[in-house]
Amino acid sequence: MESTIATNANRDNWDGGKKKPLGASYGKMMMWFFILSDAITFSGFLGAYGLMRFKFIDSWPIADEVFTHFPFLHGLHAPMYYVALMTFVLIFSSVTMVLAVDAGHQMNKAKVTFYMFLTIIGGAIFLGSQAWEWKNFINGSYGAIQMNDGKIIQFVDAEGHQVTLESFAKPIASERTQHIKSKGLWFVEETALPAITVNEVIEGFKAHPELTIRTEQINPELKQKMIIPRANAMGYLNESKKVVVGANLSENEYGKTLFADFFFFITGFHGFHVLSGVIINIIIFFNVIIGTYERRGHYEMVEKVGLYWHFVDLVWVFVFTFFYLV
Amino acid sequence: MAHTQEHTSHTKLIWKVFGILSLITLVEVILGIIKPESLHLTHFLGTSILNIIFLVLTLVKAYYITWFFMHIADEKKNLRRAVVWTALFLIVYLATLLLLEGSYINDVLGPLTKWNY
Repeated sequence: MESTIATNANRDNWDGGKKKPLGASYGKMMMWFFILSDAITFSGFLGAYGLMRFKFIDSWPIADEVFTHFPFLHGLHAPMYYVALMTFVLIFSSVTMVLAVDAGHQMNKAKVTFYMFLTIIGGAIFLGSQAWEWKNFINGSYGAIQMNDGKIIQFVDAEGHQVTLESFAKPIASERTQHIKSKGLWFVEETALPAITVNEVIEGFKAHPELTIRTEQINPELKQKMIIPRANAMGYLNESKKVVVGANLSENEYGKTLFADFFFFITGFHGFHVLSGVIINIIIFFNVIIGTYERRGHYEMVEKVGLYWHFVDLVWVFVFTFFYLV
Repeated sequence: MAHTQEHTSHTKLIWKVFGILSLITLVEVILGIIKPESLHLTHFLGTSILNIIFLVLTLVKAYYITWFFMHIADEKKNLRRAVVWTALFLIVYLATLLLLEGSYINDVLGPLTKWNY
């Protein structure tokens, strides 16, 4: 490297944090610019989500109907409560983080340790909640039928409330068994058969005159999914392809698969940020305990990791708005 | 906001900001659960009034987090503007183009989607 540097003077331009361009130490300034670039990355993802949502504005899943679970309240329709709780957890861990930074300014090691600890606990609770939210979304709530062209049909009762497939599907004995390697061609196998078949759903539908179906299409006047009169329902059901329960990257019982894709990708990417934030917090936490920053004379490292942690909270504020509120 | 003495504690301010953020979240959640028809079903600036309210409240929250939790107000003006103005400009630009494009695709594609079987 020596030959490419004209003078040695360039070498200590940054000088281990003693020089402060723009009034901030090198590390802190770079944390700000990293946050800027990360903010733009997230905007790209959320922007793509917005593009697809506007493209399918007349048939996008309604968040209130998707995220309705709350721990220990089985079967109760509780939209938003759980994600509101998650938001509070994250805001509170942001508060404890900023309290840790504040205590760092006063060189109060005990307080920094305590508040860092609370921050880590908050982050862990948030991650656990996120996992639970994913679990509910993946397992689904009612089940639906996917049509040949990929559209989703859901079943509703006379009041327009969704009903589960199990509640009306008519069990039909079938000789069809799962194709596993030991039973058929040794190089071919299939995934487990669905618990309910399309036939059972259609026969059950015929036997329950109070049921009808609804499509993904949204009535723009009421902002609710369109309910199809029972008389026309068979026209849709004749196009049935398969039973869909829950959501994953290739199918989604709540409607557009894209919704599931964006949900998994964006909340997953955010969750990964939370995870890395927790890990970095833990490292800094132990550094605080062994007195690294006490000896260094300042707690700027806590401040820097705090910046990252607040940024994670900031992103969640937007994810919360765009996935659950609007 | 600029703290000239490094060692004064801002604990009071922090709890105040926490109160404000919690209150805004609470209002958002309540509005999101009730969805008052007068706000939800009326059109304004290409979306419902309720959505505009959510968007404004979100930006207020973002302001409080960056200004009082990340202490961006304590940075030099040049650094603050390099971060905030860049982000604002690029994000607004990107969102505008993408959302316009999205509604255009919807205008073209929407009528072609088959809904009656």
